[in-house]
Amino acid sequence: MNFLKLVLVNLGRNKRRTILTTLSVTVALFLFCALGGVLDTLAESIKVGSETRLVTRNAISLIFPMPLAYRDRIAAVPGVKAVTFQNWFGGQDPANPHNFFAQFGIDSRTYLPEYASDIDVVAASPAQATVALPPGIDPRLAAYMVERTACIVGEKLFTRMGWKLGQTVTLAGTIYPGSWPMTIRAVYRSKNKSFGDETLFFHWDYLNEKGMGGKGLVGVYVLQLDTPDQAASIGKQVDAIFENSSAATRTESERAFQAGFVSMYGNLPFVIRVIGLAVAFAILLVAANTMVMAIRERTSEIGVLKTLGFEDGTVFRMVLIEAAAITLIGGAIGALGAKFAIEGSGFNAGGMLPQMSVHWSTVGTGVAVALLVGAVSGLIPAWQASRLRIVDALRRVN
Amino acid sequence: MPIPISYNFRNVLQRPVSTLTTAIGVGLTVAIFIGALALANGFQAALAESGSPANALALRKGADSEISSGVAREQADILRSLPDVATGPDGRPLVSPDLVVVTTKPRLGQPGSSNITVRGVEPTAAADVQAVAQPVTFPLRAQVRITSGRAFRAGSDEVIVGERISRRFANCAIGDHIRFQQREFTVVGHFTANGASFESEIWGDVAVLMPALQRDNVFQSVTFRMRDPARFEALKHQIESDPRLGLQLRRESEFYASQSEQLSTVIRFMGVFITIIMAVGAIFGAMNTMYAAVGSRTREIATLLVLGFSPAAVMMSFVIESVILALLGGLIGCLLALPINGIVTSTTNFSSFSEVAFAFRVTAQSLLAGLIFAAGMGLVGGFLPALRAARQPLAQSLREN
Repeated sequence: MNFLKLVLVNLGRNKRRTILTTLSVTVALFLFCALGGVLDTLAESIKVGSETRLVTRNAISLIFPMPLAYRDRIAAVPGVKAVTFQNWFGGQDPANPHNFFAQFGIDSRTYLPEYASDIDVVAASPAQATVALPPGIDPRLAAYMVERTACIVGEKLFTRMGWKLGQTVTLAGTIYPGSWPMTIRAVYRSKNKSFGDETLFFHWDYLNEKGMGGKGLVGVYVLQLDTPDQAASIGKQVDAIFENSSAATRTESERAFQAGFVSMYGNLPFVIRVIGLAVAFAILLVAANTMVMAIRERTSEIGVLKTLGFEDGTVFRMVLIEAAAITLIGGAIGALGAKFAIEGSGFNAGGMLPQMSVHWSTVGTGVAVALLVGAVSGLIPAWQASRLRIVDALRRVN
Repeated sequence: MPIPISYNFRNVLQRPVSTLTTAIGVGLTVAIFIGALALANGFQAALAESGSPANALALRKGADSEISSGVAREQADILRSLPDVATGPDGRPLVSPDLVVVTTKPRLGQPGSSNITVRGVEPTAAADVQAVAQPVTFPLRAQVRITSGRAFRAGSDEVIVGERISRRFANCAIGDHIRFQQREFTVVGHFTANGASFESEIWGDVAVLMPALQRDNVFQSVTFRMRDPARFEALKHQIESDPRLGLQLRRESEFYASQSEQLSTVIRFMGVFITIIMAVGAIFGAMNTMYAAVGSRTREIATLLVLGFSPAAVMMSFVIESVILALLGGLIGCLLALPINGIVTSTTNFSSFSEVAFAFRVTAQSLLAGLIFAAGMGLVGGFLPALRAARQPLAQSLREN
């Protein structure tokens, strides 16, 4: 008789138990891979952001601005191709302050060409008149470019809020007080995971006039370089210029800048790993319990197998494979389920994380963990079964 | 007549290995559940502890946190001269216009950096000329205690660092220097604040920090002790309708509690999400065990039925057995979760855009919630196997073997 077929028959012996165990391994692996997905997403958001761009911020922290005058001094550093800038606005939807989304005041004439390859304009108001746009700006953004209070919003945010093109939305400023009417002139879709899909961009000039009384304070400068290999030295040069001025700066690659936000989560990745371990251990117990029960029930049957000439090693392998088969099937369903359910739903923790992803490597780890758990859980019952003496096995009464 | 519960206890103990593996499975789920609650509780407690209900805090209208607020010196002076502000033993009003900013510092022990709140407070001991060279005290925030070193002196470029972050960030040991723009400050002491989020901050003299940080004459908040806390509502109305001010007034305790809302909601939500999924797995495990228990006692159950115990009593008995099993797991979970009480961890509170260090807080309520949760798992897991036990065909079961 085929060895594997025997394993299959054994699995079908107590269908309910096999199904229950498989299901518990499935949900556990779903959770394991979902947690792994959070780690994947965090790891990914460290890697997003370009290595060829530098970000300059105030050395104390992001909440301190820098003078607008820095722009020209940074642009004069050899190797810097272009400089643009943005300010975090921190406005709220007055109807629902908990409905968080990011808003930035951007220097549109330089910002949009810099990030042109990251966005696709999916809808835009038609321009009232033909205007000459700076090179590198999508011509459909003409209506946005000429209107002082216009804004561009991400497609996801646009859908979530149920906005319409041409609608004027009013934000309540927290950092820059007052109410801020803005008219939606374009909707974009992000082509790059590092570029948020739920962001609102508006003219920095509007922010400067209305919110800063024309003082010209800049949140961060973004530097485009001629070649990426000079990044470190250019960063040092920029910081050296301002070291003794009113606002010292800190310049790092866009990637390192983004990683800074992830690092703010602190111990979170560690906590997630601990939970993941607990989950794996819990399924180990469930699976081990099942196998112990299965073998105990079949004691006399194993005695028969041995009488028929099955060797100890074969019995050992048979039990082990049976255990591994249950966890492998459950694990594979759970791990794949996590990948497709989480990536398919576009879950992003309410904008706190970039869109979640579960890497194939995490799925692979999950399946490997399941297989390992199966093998470990089958080890003791398998050992017991292989050591069983035929006389004892056959004598035992249920 | 019900079947005695001692029967179930003996049965649970009859098969120690399978009881234990099932119970530990339930226990791990309960432990994660309690851990998540402890995390949220600890974080909330750290912020709740920061505010006193006797203090009021003024922010600019529309600001939702201290860092997004701004209060001009003239406005702070108007508040200072209000008759509703309590006075200290020296006769001076108990007011602190605070400068609140964040600074980015590298972490110790793990890579990366995070933001720390820097708070410039008004030193109170400076009234007395003799006292200028003396370390300051903080009558407005009575929970602040210096644990090592000393407090900063008024008018000096000295700062003190909350004990909880002093070990987590670079340059925070006593004698270290912290640079803000062109000025270097010396750490002269560490302080605790009864677990409050102040322990995650750097404090110095507002009169020195303000020019160093180029925040000319703008504070972020004004905190004062109310002469009569019961008059808060009237005072709030008076201040918020004063056109010279443009400020909002909140109870200090309520303000800090609101700063923890967002993150603790996220933690609770994640905790519940994770434990529900784990619970499904644990329930399947419990079902397996209970089915096996029912299966191996077929004759015994039939005997009980023949003796005259009603099927309902048999079913009840097995549900109880399952609950006992799960409660045993719940106890294991509580024991596993207890040691995390007091462990300090930290994360960024995005409401204040800065790091808050806080201790896991395992409360009696969360332990109880864990046990109830465990009992619920036992109830659900034991239901179907118990039903099967109660519906056994008598004659066939007795004939077996």
